[in-house]
Amino acid sequence: MKFIRAFAIFCLAILTSCSTDSDEITPVNEVADLVKIQTMENDTHLVELYSSIGQLEQGYNKISLRIKNKIGEEFINNATIEWKPIMHMEATQHSCPVSDVTKTPGTESLYEGFIVFQMAENQTEYWTLTLNYAINGVDYTVTETINVPASTRRRVTVFTGTDDIKYILALIDPSEPEVATNDMSVGVFKMENMMTFPIVNSYKVKIDPRMPSMGNHSSPNNVDLTQSSADKFYHGKLNLTMTGYWKINLQLENALGEVVKGEPVSDTNEASSIFLELEF
Amino acid sequence: MKKIIYTAISLLLMNSMLHAQEKYRDTTEVVSIKEIILIGGHPQVHQKEPKPLGSIDEYLETSARINMIKRGAYAWEPMLNGMATERTVITIDGMRIFGACTDKMDPITSYVEISNLSEAAISSGQQGAENGATIGGSIDLKRRKTGFNETGWKVGVNTGGESNGEQKIAGADLQYANNSFYVNTDIMYRDAGNYEAGGNREVLYSQFTKYNLSAISGFKLSENQAIEGSFIYDEVNDVGYPALPMDVSLARAIIGSVKYEHHQLSENIEHWETKVYFNTITHQMDDSKRPDVPIRMDMPGWSDTYGFYSKVNMSLDKHKLTANLNSFYNKSLAEMTMFPNDPNENDMFMLTWPDVRTLYTGLYLEDVIALNEHYSLQLTGSLGRHYNKVASTFGLQSLQIFYPGLTESKQRYLKSFSTTGRLHKKNMEYTLGMGYGERAPSVSEGYGFYLFNSFDGFDYIGDPNLSNEKSVEMNASIGFENKKWNVKITGSYFHIMDYIIGKPDLSLSQMTIGANGVKVYEQLEYASLFNSDISIGYSLHKNWNWNGKLVFNYGRDNNNINLPLVQPLSYQTSLQFRKGLFSIETELEGATKQLNFSPEFGENETAAYAIVNLSASRTLFLNQQKMTVKLGAENIFDTYYSTFSDWNNIPRRGRNLFVNLSYVIQ
Repeated sequence: MKFIRAFAIFCLAILTSCSTDSDEITPVNEVADLVKIQTMENDTHLVELYSSIGQLEQGYNKISLRIKNKIGEEFINNATIEWKPIMHMEATQHSCPVSDVTKTPGTESLYEGFIVFQMAENQTEYWTLTLNYAINGVDYTVTETINVPASTRRRVTVFTGTDDIKYILALIDPSEPEVATNDMSVGVFKMENMMTFPIVNSYKVKIDPRMPSMGNHSSPNNVDLTQSSADKFYHGKLNLTMTGYWKINLQLENALGEVVKGEPVSDTNEASSIFLELEF
Repeated sequence: MKKIIYTAISLLLMNSMLHAQEKYRDTTEVVSIKEIILIGGHPQVHQKEPKPLGSIDEYLETSARINMIKRGAYAWEPMLNGMATERTVITIDGMRIFGACTDKMDPITSYVEISNLSEAAISSGQQGAENGATIGGSIDLKRRKTGFNETGWKVGVNTGGESNGEQKIAGADLQYANNSFYVNTDIMYRDAGNYEAGGNREVLYSQFTKYNLSAISGFKLSENQAIEGSFIYDEVNDVGYPALPMDVSLARAIIGSVKYEHHQLSENIEHWETKVYFNTITHQMDDSKRPDVPIRMDMPGWSDTYGFYSKVNMSLDKHKLTANLNSFYNKSLAEMTMFPNDPNENDMFMLTWPDVRTLYTGLYLEDVIALNEHYSLQLTGSLGRHYNKVASTFGLQSLQIFYPGLTESKQRYLKSFSTTGRLHKKNMEYTLGMGYGERAPSVSEGYGFYLFNSFDGFDYIGDPNLSNEKSVEMNASIGFENKKWNVKITGSYFHIMDYIIGKPDLSLSQMTIGANGVKVYEQLEYASLFNSDISIGYSLHKNWNWNGKLVFNYGRDNNNINLPLVQPLSYQTSLQFRKGLFSIETELEGATKQLNFSPEFGENETAAYAIVNLSASRTLFLNQQKMTVKLGAENIFDTYYSTFSDWNNIPRRGRNLFVNLSYVIQ
């Protein structure tokens, strides 16, 4: 009995100490888990771009941003924002798949969205990002060059299907792969014209992870990717049996179950013509 | 009537067999011998061997019940009753030790040198359940110690050489004993190059270098109480395994224990002893010495075990009772890192044993009832709790790829019982026994992750959800002995339900480059194993002795398909001449063609073979110093052969000449 009473007091002590902790109000640094990519500037505002790694790269990028008033130095919390990345090629210009920019839930100042850079910059070709935003009915704009280096491993693949549609397929997760069953997601977009890249609906992405360095070893129990009604991305399960370099061979199936691009891997066919890569 | 067969070397080669069986024949004597812990002046095993500095593997192999799976020149894996180490319990002085190698390259037997071994107590089937749950039985390696007697100082030096493999052996032992204190230390060094099979065919990667240090010391606390500490340090370097694609750069074992014992606690409690122990094994497997490999890899493994046992022996009227409470906690971790041929790629890493923790606690009870002068009955029973936990999140997540929803821990209860009746009348002795036992899957069977088996060429995946393997066994023996003859026929039959074995899963993709596929451990409805042997000793003349041994085993699964590694009809016969301090012995051993092999396990027909060995010894006394010289030739005709238990059919040694010198100052 003595022990139980002591134990009860002990538990109570823990519980109460916890609740005092949570009562304290501390100023929240909303970009604490983020790293700044760059700051864009116009006459009135500073626009800070953030991501988890602090830089953009070819493929899917989740980007957070906040707008700071140059005069009062306060962060804007009621902007409506659109963005438009442009690739300046030697002969032409094009954009890429983007999301809407929305307020990050639970924050005062942050906005977020994603951009899929289907190609990297090079010595003569580069990306710019234009932000058009409105605050209290006043329109503003800012444009700057952004750095989009090539990714070391393939995170995005661009191809033309048997239906003559040009697709862009970008890896979203796993961003930190593990030797485990990983949640895998990709975004599938089609190129409607040089500036419009809508999400493709009701397709299926078949996956076959392989290790070319290990005699094309594969893993069991993978689940092909199907579209989620919530975020419109394609989700499935990817099993990785060891660390190292993995090639995720893909086949894209349309709503009718027809493969529009990609081939099954077999003893005679080492890899599909479309794939993504992971290395960890 | 502990139906333990003491195979101290005495048992086998040479007619010392006669001697041993006489000695352990009587029911009550067997029990008492097991109970006398501090046997003063117990004969040193190795001095009686024709090849005193042979390896412990060669020594164990002479038992009819034991076969050694051979992957190279060093560290053979013992099979008892045709069952390998998953199904048996192997202990050193009652201590549980688990190898750290996923390829079973470091069986427990490799950590004891023959020079510090007193005897190997082999218990068949459930009679071996004292130190833990088993199916096939147990082997307890008992180390030599002087005990409390007035022998004072003794220094010995051993040295030897072997022509085949150019093995060099050097060792020394130092002991001191008086009535209240003793200490035994022993150090041994072996260094061998590649050996040659028959016809001077060099077997590459069969070299090894080994150091072994062993110490035991006892101190009397009172007339009936003593405390004993023991320690083993064993290290091998640069061990080649010609049957495997990898070698071992380092295998190290540190084994320690402290024991307290009390004699004559009361009128009925004859003996009580409690031992706490620990051991830690490190095993570094790599392929850095191999010129052509598809990919370089390192596969280190670690196994740490902490345990205790407390054992009491009582005598009540016609009953001799033994109770043993024992427990161990083991941590097994093994990993594999592969280095891609493309240096720009990251290393490939996996856990092949995902830091599996095993906690076992068991109680074993035994009663030997002397019904009358001729009949006795032995009853044993045990109950154990076996708990496994995957401590590594990385490892657990790896296994969840195969077993979604797998939880980190699993608990089992393991039960066993056995009964054996024995009749001893005049020159005849009969035993008849039956038993039931269960075992938990081994770490590899339960949790192994892409463990490559080079015999069948498959990667193996464990299954944590396997149920206990269960065995019903029957055994019988008939022995006859008179002044000249000594004959014993022994048979045992095991009906093993939920028999654990790897079966190919065609849906899985092999990991190892060039492998044939992936096998997952499954359970057969049942498998049957039958083991039998006949041994005969005949005293031709006061100086001449003849021994013969015939072994027949059989193993099938529930579809009447051969099990792997089943010994074909094998024989051994030897003739010995001994006069005074001189002895000479010739031996013939062989096996018939292995017809009942398992192609699924990668086996093929192993041809019949026969080899001849010859040895001679002479002991010299010079004042207080004693010197023994033993010379011998093994496989005199340089036959090229391999046996059923040679992994990937690697050939055994061709002709080998050896010399062993032992020098003792008393």
